[in-house]
Amino acid sequence: MLSVSSLSFSRGHRCLFADVNFTLQPGQWLHVEGGNGVGKTTLLRLICGLNALEQGEITWHNQSVAKDPDLFRAELAYLGHPLALKEDLTPVENILASAAVCGLHLSQGDAMAALTKMGLEGAAHLPVRVLSQGQKRRTALARLVVSDARLWILDEPFVALDTPAQEVLCDVLNAHLNRQGMLLLTSHQAVNLAGQGQTYRLSA
Amino acid sequence: MRGFAAVLRRDLLLAMRRKNEVVTAIFFFVVVAALFPLGIGPEQNTLRLVAPGILWIGALLASLLSLGRLFASDFADGSLEQMALSPNSLSLLVAAKISAHWLLSGLPLVLLAPLLGLQFDLPSTALWILTLSLLLGTPVLSLIGAIGAALTLGVRGGDVLLSLLVLPLYVPTLIFGAGAVQAEMSGLGSAAHLSILAAMALVAAVFSPWASAACLRLALET
Repeated sequence: MLSVSSLSFSRGHRCLFADVNFTLQPGQWLHVEGGNGVGKTTLLRLICGLNALEQGEITWHNQSVAKDPDLFRAELAYLGHPLALKEDLTPVENILASAAVCGLHLSQGDAMAALTKMGLEGAAHLPVRVLSQGQKRRTALARLVVSDARLWILDEPFVALDTPAQEVLCDVLNAHLNRQGMLLLTSHQAVNLAGQGQTYRLSA
Repeated sequence: MRGFAAVLRRDLLLAMRRKNEVVTAIFFFVVVAALFPLGIGPEQNTLRLVAPGILWIGALLASLLSLGRLFASDFADGSLEQMALSPNSLSLLVAAKISAHWLLSGLPLVLLAPLLGLQFDLPSTALWILTLSLLLGTPVLSLIGAIGAALTLGVRGGDVLLSLLVLPLYVPTLIFGAGAVQAEMSGLGSAAHLSILAAMALVAAVFSPWASAACLRLALET
């Protein structure tokens, strides 16, 4: 269970957002809404621990994340705007390398299956540098297919995807929620997922 | 340790895909070391006298040349964020990146140094000590450099700042590294110099990945 209470963040003297509260139970998803520049990405980065917490508290399974960040990170998968792909490696090599960094042991076949699910079987052995934006995005999302993290934090996961890929992504997210996973995402389009969903409107 | 091996393997694979970056630093070292005897002239005593210093400065600048890229590409494409969020300790992953940097930019210089030392008419014992001092000293250069690279990450004009920051810290390594070869040639024995170099390498190996990881976490805050 992820719980965020009275979170505030200011950049210099400008307060970006204040007093953000929500709780996410297993199997639930939360859609963070808001216009450009209200701090959706910053909020997600704060929760991940990439930005230092100024005010408020984040707890994971009723334990403060600040106390044991490693425990929280072990159950967290984050996908932000930069896709963390190496342009000179192939999608398969990228998936294998990032899984190994996260402490997951994957076989070549697992990585191939994940890429096939995302519709990249034809491009799996090309360097990422020659792929299109959407294909790069699909490669990055294939990491979620093999992820065993309980909490997924996704920043605009639907950007640059065509309709079939959006449907596949919805399937992957639904499967995660069915396994009692938790999902926190931002998106500028309507999100329709299984399970219990909430919307949090972030405003300045 | 699996995270360490994964990052090391990935960085070596990337270097193999983009060989020109590795070759540039090695070529720079060879050219610098080859130009000095031509510029100074064939006076053997002079050459022998300046050889340790020149080879060491060449190695130092070659190591500095590739330092700016140590974290820059991982920072730009978001891989560094993923490393910071992985359950592995960031210090361990940074240690893997530093090891890869040394294997690609330090070890080739160690292997080339005895060959380049021949141009300066160094005696064979001095060539051995030169190789040994570089073997102990180049890891120190990579380790200290990593702290500077992490501190200047994302800073505009970071490359200039990096050399200003790191070169003064390289001075002790240069003094004891080049000093070991000079001491050997003057008959004093190089054991003391090499011991100090080894001590510096050990301290840096413990301290630098931790300090670099702390600097990287600061750089990732946006």
